[in-house]
Amino acid sequence: MEVLTVNDLWVKYYTISGIVSAVSGVSFKLRKSEMLAIVGESGSGKSTLGLALLNMVPKPGRIERGEVILDGVNILKSSPREIMKIRGSRISMVFQDPFTTLDPLRKIVDQFEEFLIEHGVDKTRARSIIKEYLEAVGLPERVMYSYPHQLSGGQKQRVSIAMAIALNPQVVVADEPTTALDVIVQKQIMDLVDSIKEKYKSSIVLITHDLALALERADTVMVMYGGNIMEYAGKTELYGNMKHPYTRGLFEALPRILQKTLPKSLPGNPPDLRYPPPGCVFHPRCEFAMEKCKSEKPPLIEVSKDHIVACHLYG
Amino acid sequence: MDFETSSLGRKQKVRAVDRVSLRINKGEIYGLVGESGSGKSTLGRVSLRLYKPVKGKVIFENKDITYLPERVIRPLRREMQLIPQDPYGAINPAQTIGEALIEPLQVHFNTSKEEAFNRACRALEEVGLIPPEDFMDRRPMELSGGQLQRAVIARAMILRPKYIVADEPTSNLDASIRTSVIKLLLDFREKYDQSILFITHDIALLSLIANRIGVMYLAQLVEEGSVEQVIKEPLHPYTKALLSAIPLISSQIGLEKVYLKGEIGDPANPPRGCRLHPRCPLVLEECKSREPPLIEVGNGRSVKCWLYYK
Repeated sequence: MEVLTVNDLWVKYYTISGIVSAVSGVSFKLRKSEMLAIVGESGSGKSTLGLALLNMVPKPGRIERGEVILDGVNILKSSPREIMKIRGSRISMVFQDPFTTLDPLRKIVDQFEEFLIEHGVDKTRARSIIKEYLEAVGLPERVMYSYPHQLSGGQKQRVSIAMAIALNPQVVVADEPTTALDVIVQKQIMDLVDSIKEKYKSSIVLITHDLALALERADTVMVMYGGNIMEYAGKTELYGNMKHPYTRGLFEALPRILQKTLPKSLPGNPPDLRYPPPGCVFHPRCEFAMEKCKSEKPPLIEVSKDHIVACHLYG
Repeated sequence: MDFETSSLGRKQKVRAVDRVSLRINKGEIYGLVGESGSGKSTLGRVSLRLYKPVKGKVIFENKDITYLPERVIRPLRREMQLIPQDPYGAINPAQTIGEALIEPLQVHFNTSKEEAFNRACRALEEVGLIPPEDFMDRRPMELSGGQLQRAVIARAMILRPKYIVADEPTSNLDASIRTSVIKLLLDFREKYDQSILFITHDIALLSLIANRIGVMYLAQLVEEGSVEQVIKEPLHPYTKALLSAIPLISSQIGLEKVYLKGEIGDPANPPRGCRLHPRCPLVLEECKSREPPLIEVGNGRSVKCWLYYK
């Protein structure tokens, strides 16, 4: 059953130095209690896409076209009041840097409570929700009365997660939730995300630059480059059968333990999305680029069941 | 090349590095791994004598440089260079890349303007910023992260240093360009016979490039050995936990997995006994009260853990 459907989504930033095409025609579906990983490097449009899922793209960005259907409702058409209600209660977000989401001047309990009351929870109920969810993310009760600066990065990220799941949203979008954390804490937080998915049957959109993390944790993986979907498949299928040269490039760039050769790197730099290259957006860095790739944008082709690739090699 | 440092304290009571000795041999890549707050960056900067230790010695090429005044140290600075994590913080944003490269040549060698310009161009070519004339007049903000990190490397290398401290030089970069920057460092090392202290939290990366590895936890060195030994057969529970936490590859090595509870403590107030003991699943009674010594286990390996005490 689909919880979230995204149809032909386009997002552009109207900057002083030009129009940046951040997301170009992205479509996908998210099922109940599925974890979808959106993998891409800086400038791939993955974070903009994440914000667009909550209709939260900041200025000078604009959602140009497309639909984000949550529970049968296109939330891009919702009024500002409706969208404020939906955010946090039916779809919520966890950011990379917990410093930016928590108010440094207020105790955790006060900001958590305010958030719940804004969503129509009464005060006594709010207290019990706060206790319940701080416990669910593995925090001691005293954290309630702490200020954010008294908590470690991992603890703050746990607070953000508790707030994101407190109203039982169908979808949680997590934008690089572990990137600012050390590897051991990273694992603890991802274990927590896994257990939340199981316990509350939430669907999770995990936005990450780390293909290894995606392949270990997600159910499905979507690889983005230059605002476009390059490849989309179930984790096992993708791991065993990577098609797109960019996905393979990313995979080969992962260090293999104790090998005496360095991982391969892709030549060149990510595209300037004010002037995206014509044809396939990846062609200037692709070792298999053909004439066709320079002029024709490859369509998304289903190479096997639920495995989609945008590449002329498979046309 | 030889460094020895021990018992370093910065700021009143925070011992950022606590009784650590390490030695970097000529031509060697020594990988220092640990989480944030482990003191690895502080140790790197002490080895460059950018920080002064409270106690202990820094010996560079058989010369004790611990207490040398700045005036005497300055000529040595050209032989030791730092490549920091954030390239945008490394180059003055108001300077052009050309100015940033020419300045050290003029300060250290009094090179003429024209000669310095030419050498700066060659240095940029060497790091793959081609054509160099295109980059000389640009400012840091006009370069991508990868390009700017190459420029920072060009500037560090332009003085032909013998010892490099690379402090997480690639962790701000995208995966697809990370390797090319590492490759660049390795090429320089080969060409100019440099020694590198490579600081990172990425133990998988170290396994590919380092000769020896030191693992730090809360200001102390907890394990040291050749890269093969430490990765294939980690001894310290903390090293095992670091390896167990890496996505995907942790399952590729036949490793006894260790998961730690909680988070790294406060270096200003470290736990009594073994500093890992509140988080360690293999904890013994002894660990709670007595700090384990750094135990030599043969083949140049050592581990700071009561499990290996005989």
